[in-house]
Amino acid sequence: MSTNSFESPSKKMDNAVGEKDDAFIKVKVLFFARARDLTGMADMSLEVSPGTTAHDCLNKLISKFPGLEEIRNCMVLALNEEYALGSVVVKDGDELAIIPPISGG
Amino acid sequence: MAAEEEGMNLIEILEENVAIDMSKYMSYVQSPSCGAIATFGGTTRDTFEGKTVLELRYEAYVPMAVRCIKTICTSARSSWNLNSIAVAHRLGPVPVGETSVFIATSAVHRGDALNACKFIIDEVKASVPIWKKEVCTNGEVWKENSEFLERRDELGNSSCRKNVVEGMDQRERVAAEER
Repeated sequence: MSTNSFESPSKKMDNAVGEKDDAFIKVKVLFFARARDLTGMADMSLEVSPGTTAHDCLNKLISKFPGLEEIRNCMVLALNEEYALGSVVVKDGDELAIIPPISGG
Repeated sequence: MAAEEEGMNLIEILEENVAIDMSKYMSYVQSPSCGAIATFGGTTRDTFEGKTVLELRYEAYVPMAVRCIKTICTSARSSWNLNSIAVAHRLGPVPVGETSVFIATSAVHRGDALNACKFIIDEVKASVPIWKKEVCTNGEVWKENSEFLERRDELGNSSCRKNVVEGMDQRERVAAEER
């Protein structure tokens, strides 16, 4: 516990100097088809902390747009134009697409 | 229109209200060295489960769709001896009777052209991020391809490439069983 009080002041100093530890990263999120119907938007910018996974992003989006729960179990995610597992860590500037069941052809 | 020409593949995602010119793609794949051209055209039909369909409306994640189709073409080439491939998909409204997707393949021999053509449309339906909304007299609904739902758990394990290869192995097994 005493170490925390040691760490806190130095952490504040680090932030003041511009350390990136607590900086948010920005991910562009795209909503297609049913996902766009449910959120009311085609795209948005999502701010998350470093180390956030695609799955974490999805959970954050569902908390913002509870209607997305409808497609949670049948959708897939794409990161930078490739299908991605939820465990992939997102980076600043990534493009995350919410892909409801497809129906091309 | 988003277009990709790589080697002898032509991939086009057509803007809304631009119809598919099938002769263009047939000309593209045609070659004096080829004995066969195989084509597939997907057309809007007027009924689905007893409901009257007025039109289908398509949208796509275009850059990723082009990327996925390129991968599918690469996979087709690794399985069959092909000369050229053309894949075109419309966006926007496609009324009953009109063609929404067109695939043409050419090869020295017809087996390669025909099998690759079937493979390509099957893969498009399983993995390419394009969606259609079915507009009927009593409402609209987003359609879902069963091919995608069957493949869903595999997508995301890597890029489209791996999934296409796995799907192909399954197809070879099914084809062997059917023989």
